[in-house]
Order: sequence, then C-alpha cells, then structure tokens
Amino acid sequence: MEFSRRETLALGAGAAALSMLPLRSFAATADEMIAEFTGGADLAQDGVTLTAPEIAENGNTVPIEVSAPGASEIRVYATGNPTPPVAAFAFGPLAGSRAASTRIRLAETQNVVAVAKLEDGSFAQSTKLIKVTIGGCGG
Amino acid sequence: MASGVKPRVKVPSSVSAGEVIEIKTLISHKMESGQRKDDDGNTIPRSIINRFTCTFNGETVIDVTMEPAISTNPYFQFEAKVPEAGEFVFTWYDDDGSVYEEKKSVTIG
Repeated sequence: MEFSRRETLALGAGAAALSMLPLRSFAATADEMIAEFTGGADLAQDGVTLTAPEIAENGNTVPIEVSAPGASEIRVYATGNPTPPVAAFAFGPLAGSRAASTRIRLAETQNVVAVAKLEDGSFAQSTKLIKVTIGGCGG
Repeated sequence: MASGVKPRVKVPSSVSAGEVIEIKTLISHKMESGQRKDDDGNTIPRSIINRFTCTFNGETVIDVTMEPAISTNPYFQFEAKVPEAGEFVFTWYDDDGSVYEEKKSVTIG
C-alpha cells in the first residue's frame, strides 16, 4: 500500500484532529456540566460569593468558601481538573446560612466556578482564578 | 479503605433556642482520587467518601455530594439553626459502602 504525499498529509491531519478530541472534551466538560445543572438558564454574575486564595501554594488542599443568600444548592467546579465537579452543597430547612467551607484539590492553575441555584429558580455564578504552585493530583 | 477513619465534630453543647451556630467537621480519610499512580505506574483505584449529611432531629441541615477533588481528611464548616434541644447526626458515606456516623446532643440553656 502506497501513499501519495497528499494522502499522507491528510492522514496526518486526521490523526492530529483525533488526538486533540479528548482535550477538547475535557475543556468543554465543566461548561457542559454547569449547563446540565442549570438547564441552560442564564447565570447572574452576582448573588454567589466564592472565597479562595489567589495563590495556592499546595494544590492538594486549597481552602474555599461558598456563600449565596437564598440558595437551595451550590455546586463547585474546577475547570482544569481531570474531573471538574468538586462538590455540591444542598441546604436543608435547618441550614443557618447558605454558606459552607471546605478544602479542595486543584491539579493546576485554573478557574474555579461556583454555581448557585436560588430558591426562586434562577441561577448565579462566580468564577475565580486560583494560581497553583504545586498541583494536587499526584504523578 | 475503612481503617483509621475517625470523625471529629465541633458543636457547642449548649445554645439558646433559635440560635444559629457554627459547626466544624473533619473526618480522617485518605480520599484516594483515582488519578494517582503507584511506583509501578498502576493507577490506584478511587476510594473516597462521596456524601456527607448533617441532620438535626431528623431535619436536614446540609447534604454535600463529594467528588475526588475534595482534599484528604475532608473538612466542612457550615452553620445550623437550632430551634429546640435535640441531637445532630453527622453521616459520611464511603465508596466501599461503609457509613460513619457521629452524634452530638445540644441542650437549650
């Protein structure tokens, strides 16, 4: 079986496109998951607060706090992690406030997104860039 | 991994009715993410706590779905309203089916 120069180039381009597919789907996953959660609804840019350090020296344990008055649920996504979902906080009738703190893992410098589902059915989000010096996914 | 798992919870023992209190919880667990590899290059299987709930007298305070991105020894801090005397129940659900439970009684005073 012989390949002309043109065929070889075409094959190469196809292979390159194929190998980029997984990367693409990773990049889209966080957005897709957020869209799945919100049902494609518009996201207000205020109404949820995401508190986190600007620079996290150790990606293995990054303290974050989410707060959204009137939220029934807050979900956190790490857009640059191998698996973007981080946690989903659902608040019950005895929640003293619609806020929670925890510690998360970040693989690399990336945007962390908090999406809140408010009790009136609308959604709000907050994005914060966190710089990570040492990644938290092990090698 | 169900060995060496120890839940720790900090709750005030006495509060006034209707007060909002702060609760801190920590459970020792390695939270193996399923992303790491051992020395031979084999992926270490995921083993995490995937859910944490807190209830007071049967009513939900918070219900957290946890993913591998939660750090080792999962820590949570949140607030709860205490309408009457009763008992907080904290429950952690492990991937391997284990359930870890911790209870704290609260009196009004």
